[in-house]
Amino acid sequence: MDFLRPTTWEEALAAKADQPEAVPIQGGTDVMVELNFDVRRPPALLDLGRVAELREWSEEGGHCRLGAGVPYTAVIERLGGPLPGLAQAARTVGSPQIRNRGTVGGNLGAASPAGDSHPPLLAAGAVVEVESRDRGVRMIPAAEFYLGVKRSALEPDELIRAVHVPAATGPQYFSKVGTRNAMVIAVCSFAVALHPRERRVGTGLGSAAPTPRRAPEAEELLAAELDWTAPLDPALLARFGELCARAAAPIDDVRGTAAYRVHAIGVMARRTLSWAWNDHLEKRAA
Amino acid sequence: MRVTFTVNGREESAQDVWEGESLLYVLRERLGLPGSKNACEQGECGSCTVYLDGVPVCACLVAAGQAEGRQVRTVEGLAEEDRLDPVQEAFVECGAVQCGFCTPGLLVQAHDLLERVPRPSDAEIREALAGNLCRCTGYEKILDAVRLAAVRKAGG
Repeated sequence: MDFLRPTTWEEALAAKADQPEAVPIQGGTDVMVELNFDVRRPPALLDLGRVAELREWSEEGGHCRLGAGVPYTAVIERLGGPLPGLAQAARTVGSPQIRNRGTVGGNLGAASPAGDSHPPLLAAGAVVEVESRDRGVRMIPAAEFYLGVKRSALEPDELIRAVHVPAATGPQYFSKVGTRNAMVIAVCSFAVALHPRERRVGTGLGSAAPTPRRAPEAEELLAAELDWTAPLDPALLARFGELCARAAAPIDDVRGTAAYRVHAIGVMARRTLSWAWNDHLEKRAA
Repeated sequence: MRVTFTVNGREESAQDVWEGESLLYVLRERLGLPGSKNACEQGECGSCTVYLDGVPVCACLVAAGQAEGRQVRTVEGLAEEDRLDPVQEAFVECGAVQCGFCTPGLLVQAHDLLERVPRPSDAEIREALAGNLCRCTGYEKILDAVRLAAVRKAGG
């Protein structure tokens, strides 16, 4: 096995182009488990931990650019203002030790349907910046990034450089079902993001289909019928929950049954929208 | 490959390290530092918690090569000379140790908590230790020990 240690982004891209089968490693919280259990024996590891720029983030003009190597702990401590949904989700990842190492970029690279970052990225309308040495940069909307169970739109010679997320202009919430408040792979999860300027609500479902996904019909319902100046209509809220549940296509597995997941998605959709709506009305009243 | 990094203030080198090997394996099997325990090898149990450049991490999830040139501090490096760290003293006094397997990870993680949050609430202690599993004690005495260590460290 080779251990490749680029120190610049250009070196990293060159290494990936020369050895497309090299497995990128950043926090190691997924990759090392596979190595420790001999599930995977790649010909090379591509350590991105020395590419300093990947650990940087910036916020400009209502837009956050989060380097692929920013650990969850930094998202929680530093980015809760512009990225509240993602910060909430980050706080539910593993344990403090895992959050000190694990990254949103790694979550995207692994593309697990249960990854905690995905629902808030979908709800907020994030775009993934990927790059290859030979074909340059591609900007892939999160909704088009996930292609299947642990499969993404990332090509073998590409690396994830950053994720671009519009800074929140309204309340965002994330909810996750599991057996405890830590060290849990989501049974299922849900994120909601209000976009008051566009009179639009974004959604994201986790661990409820082969890929993380939005609930487009539920989003269309709210875009058409939500009165942004009034309390939530209970009938509309119920309908929103139903359409979110209908967007799920889960399986039975060790963490839960498909039927339970469909039910839980509906419950979390109603709860998170209610929390967000309370915040929205309080802000209007203030 | 050869990996060189600083452990508990001393520069150490390990030879013939397999590229897919974990930092935990290097510490235990190549550098003779068995304090960090090897249990789950998937970041679930916290018993291999060490500081990497001052940040607590699961050593089983760090590739050995990622530690090259970095600073590692293990449970063996918490005590100063012949004096235990207040966190270690508190664990002894409170009976927070039974079989002892989880103890090194809990000590490092609790040590980090008190460095960052000198007087943590119970909720903060619980969240900080959420990734450290103990199958003996039921955690009550561990929480007692962290509270006691906080008081001691604050000079109370």
